[in-house]
Amino acid sequence: MANVFTRMGDWVNERAPGLMPVYRKHMTEYYAPKNFNFWYYFGVLAILVFANQIITGIFLTMNYKTSAAEAFNSVEYIMRDVEWGWLIRYMHSTGASLFFVVVFLHMFRGLMYGSYQKPRELVWLLGMLVFLALMAEAFMGYVLPWGNMSFWGAKVIISLFGTVPVIGGTLVEWIMGDYLPADATLNRFFALHVIALPLVLLLLVVLHIFALHEVGSNNPDGVEIKKGPKGNRWDPNKPADGIPFHPYYTVHDLVAVGFFMMIAAFIIFFSPTVGGWFLEHDNFIPANNLVTPTHIKPSWYFTPFYAILRMIPSFFGTAFWGVLGMFGAIALLFLLPWIDAGKVRSIRYRGTGFKVALMSFAGSFIGLALVGAGVVGEKLVEWVPSDATFWENTFGRVMTAIYFGYFVFLWCYTHLGWEKTKPVPERVVFDHD
Amino acid sequence: MIKRPSSMKKTISSFALALGLLVGTTSAMASEEGGLPSAGTNVRDQASLQRGAKLFFNYCVGCHSLKYARYSRIAEDLGLSEQDVMNNLNFTGAKFGDTVISHMPEDSAQQFFGKAPPDLSLEVRAKTADWVYAYLNSFYLDPSRPVGWNNTVFPNASMPNPLWELQGLQTAVMKSGGEEVEKLELTQPGKLTPAQFQQATRDLTTFLEYVSEPAALQRQRYGIWVLLFLAGFTFLTYLLKKEYWKDVH
Repeated sequence: MANVFTRMGDWVNERAPGLMPVYRKHMTEYYAPKNFNFWYYFGVLAILVFANQIITGIFLTMNYKTSAAEAFNSVEYIMRDVEWGWLIRYMHSTGASLFFVVVFLHMFRGLMYGSYQKPRELVWLLGMLVFLALMAEAFMGYVLPWGNMSFWGAKVIISLFGTVPVIGGTLVEWIMGDYLPADATLNRFFALHVIALPLVLLLLVVLHIFALHEVGSNNPDGVEIKKGPKGNRWDPNKPADGIPFHPYYTVHDLVAVGFFMMIAAFIIFFSPTVGGWFLEHDNFIPANNLVTPTHIKPSWYFTPFYAILRMIPSFFGTAFWGVLGMFGAIALLFLLPWIDAGKVRSIRYRGTGFKVALMSFAGSFIGLALVGAGVVGEKLVEWVPSDATFWENTFGRVMTAIYFGYFVFLWCYTHLGWEKTKPVPERVVFDHD
Repeated sequence: MIKRPSSMKKTISSFALALGLLVGTTSAMASEEGGLPSAGTNVRDQASLQRGAKLFFNYCVGCHSLKYARYSRIAEDLGLSEQDVMNNLNFTGAKFGDTVISHMPEDSAQQFFGKAPPDLSLEVRAKTADWVYAYLNSFYLDPSRPVGWNNTVFPNASMPNPLWELQGLQTAVMKSGGEEVEKLELTQPGKLTPAQFQQATRDLTTFLEYVSEPAALQRQRYGIWVLLFLAGFTFLTYLLKKEYWKDVH
């Protein structure tokens, strides 16, 4: 048997001698720093979720009907009459939310350990493009079940483009293909969600990983292992602190995959709606352009950006500033490699100012998420019924100021030389098991 | 190189923390559904489901459909025979494999109530079990309303109380000032005691909760085995990782 496989391998190698070197470059001879910690699991987990979304998505399309008249019914058909349809649908809906959980943690890792800093700017930019494509993918996917929140969410988000000066109104009609989100909107969103954006995402993810493998992975100490001593057990010219990605990190990440699948399974089998966070109550009501949900809010993963939109007031008779703020909040993340001119990468050795700023930034992101989800508003109505809106706006605007303040502070802190860093070790600090 | 404490332990505790936070937030959110009392439903209680189904087909289906629920599926999931369902629950002459459709014509309903009675297939998922349970318990007589009934959970609802014979008649005690309802009082007892009526509405809510997601019965049954399998799988991967990483120094 082994002989057959060897011969098959040789047969392929003779005809495509370039394949094995590619495999070696990215797997068995990709030397990753050996000190990866908890925060380094989320890239692999994002790939896992992406694969899950594609596979379950293929099965969903087999029974989903792309039509405003039938979409909602077809989802319930999948939930009730299709064998294992409920499982496939819950895997897809839970996967969508968990995709953002792992991507947010993956991005936060980048902020903590300065993974966007030179020479990894391109890795970061490609990752940000993945994030952007993912947001578009998630938004359009959310519209497909054609529940009432799908409809009104689509209406509100598409209407944002209406605030663009001069061409706004035309732009909105052009996007929807109608005067309201309707059959035409649903069909084009289906096309984009099911084929166009997944292709873009796949390409970007591959480029993100290739770009990473050119420069090599960062690590929790922010030490460049390629600049350290050379020579490990596998190769005398490769970094001493590097280990082959395969098999070391593949088995290492497999443990995280197991844990992660347990969390996902717990949600899928025991709490698929997560109390209205992963699947909203209002989306179990069919789309109805005459009945507005009490609270229109986007899915939880958009709430921080949605809060920024809501918290920035109108000036000069236009709400365009809120839209600018929302997109600006994402655009600034693209610019991080140039905003942060820190001499040290890892939070372990950076100045106290950076640590405080990053924690405040993370706090503001969570605070904004709670404002965007309406949780802050609901609490305030209980505590200070008469001034709830005032306090919600005050809180939300302080959070918005902290969010944007992070980038301003980081620029001043590093460009004006205020940061006092700690000495960085020569080599990575290795956690022993 | 500096040695640090086991990263594996930290990893495990981080995951446990993340899971704890997630579950904590969920239950916190679940208890915040407008401060309604818990419905106390349990969709795995088959006796409760059967009693609820009986109530639904006696008191509700006259106006409300369950257009996504099939009689055959209800029979299967509630442990009833085809005969049970066709003789005792199906009063419309529908076939066993059909979905539950009310015989009330939509235009007449519109005329009677001002609004066609909604399909209840997904009512619990749209409104929560606590809401439905509270709603069923909160009807009161209100002569100012077109059909003579009002509801504290859904003010100015156009639906009369279909269960009034069981519950009796409730009237509202208004707050001083006379605008808001302070509490409801049972002014004329019904066939059931208040405790029995609460159980009856709990059964009905349980049935509607099942109807809104029949898969709930399956997913909870399979879920435990999936988790056990994954726990075993994860343990094996942990051993595999330890074995491979023995020689990484």
